[in-house]
Amino acid sequence: MTDIRYLAPRTLDEAVGAFAASQGAARILAGGTDLLVQMRNGAVRPGTIIDIKKITELTSIEEAADGGFRIGAAVSGAALAEHPRFGRVWPGVLEAVNLIGSTQVQGRASPGGNLCNASPAGDSVPALVAAGAVVTVQGPKGRRQVAVEAVPAGPGRTNLGPGEIVVSFTLPPRPEGSGDAYLRMTPRTEMDIAVVGVGVSLTLRDGVVAAARVGLGAVAPTVLLVADAARALIGSRLDEAAVHAAAAACRAACNPIDDKRGTIAYRTRVAGVLLQRAVAIAAERAGRV
Amino acid sequence: MSKLHVTTSINGEPVEFLCEADQSVLDVLRNTLGLTGSKEGCGTGDCGACSITLDGRLVCSCLVLAPEIEGRQITTIEGMAQGDHLHPLQQKFLEMAALQCGICTPGVLVAAKALLERNPDPSETDVRYWLAGNLCRCTGYDKIVRAVLETAADMRGAA
Repeated sequence: MTDIRYLAPRTLDEAVGAFAASQGAARILAGGTDLLVQMRNGAVRPGTIIDIKKITELTSIEEAADGGFRIGAAVSGAALAEHPRFGRVWPGVLEAVNLIGSTQVQGRASPGGNLCNASPAGDSVPALVAAGAVVTVQGPKGRRQVAVEAVPAGPGRTNLGPGEIVVSFTLPPRPEGSGDAYLRMTPRTEMDIAVVGVGVSLTLRDGVVAAARVGLGAVAPTVLLVADAARALIGSRLDEAAVHAAAAACRAACNPIDDKRGTIAYRTRVAGVLLQRAVAIAAERAGRV
Repeated sequence: MSKLHVTTSINGEPVEFLCEADQSVLDVLRNTLGLTGSKEGCGTGDCGACSITLDGRLVCSCLVLAPEIEGRQITTIEGMAQGDHLHPLQQKFLEMAALQCGICTPGVLVAAKALLERNPDPSETDVRYWLAGNLCRCTGYDKIVRAVLETAADMRGAA
């Protein structure tokens, strides 16, 4: 016999109430592809499991009249891929979300879970950082909005307060001439964890970069927003000097670990290479001729 | 603490069972309901031997909690053949010897069926990526991939 409780509230208020009342003894269940593994290997022993997938706001995808998207935190990668419009507006975010695990894992795994699991190598996070996604969080003190890059605090740790639940991601309206891309380096093409991941989002006006954001994963304790790389790109025509400067900024931002999947020197070098390739793909999607 | 009572549908039949809050669907299928076709390879979502569909969506049953399937529709490998009549994928796997030890086979078949329902004309690349989460240590995958492609061609011809 176990003494674990399973709750599947239908409203966010109920979920937040139960989560806050547990005083840290509860875990949120979205897709479960991390939580069930952690429970099985004994890394976590929750007193209560709070399944948030019966709450409509957490499992729905909405396109606003202004062209922005709101993605529920517990939307699965497969559901996001099936949305008729999302992948056309944010192909880089979609490809990043869809790189998480196998087809089976895609049936369950969610961007909210990927963010809250707080792995430095989470694939969806650099792309959401590049997209300028804003996270809506709800807790005992109400609702707040926070930039996606401000959520991770370190490997396996977030800056969420006690009892706070990630509700949704809001992606801004997309101006004409915008494109995004996510690339990761893995030894295998599937079923692997990023050695480096780079997300790039660009807006071009008459061939000049009007806006850019760069997210960098798996090369520091948290996913990073690389503002210096974006600054190197903004105002340029993506000439070689600008792209090289942005790649250098990515290398400079790296503070990676040395492990069996990649050395510090390798990860740092690859960060610059992936930045250049991701910029080229994002620019093509933005309609550069 | 008392067990949870779950009412669900498995392979089109209404099913009720009692479970603990932290039991997986795979555990309930195999050890409570006696549906041992779904295999436990890793228990961590890496191998795909426990693949089922949940409301039509391919998932690893080791990564779904049993209480989550209240009111949902599950299909397992046991629902694939209609009586003695094998599904075309099952027939083709036998004809082409697309299995050796057989542990991965139920998961591969459930996953391949889910692919062909979405994409009746997959490329070899489509098949290999779709089945990337189904590990097989015997066949080297080639016979599996060819059997799925040939089944798809047969089913398109028959349709």
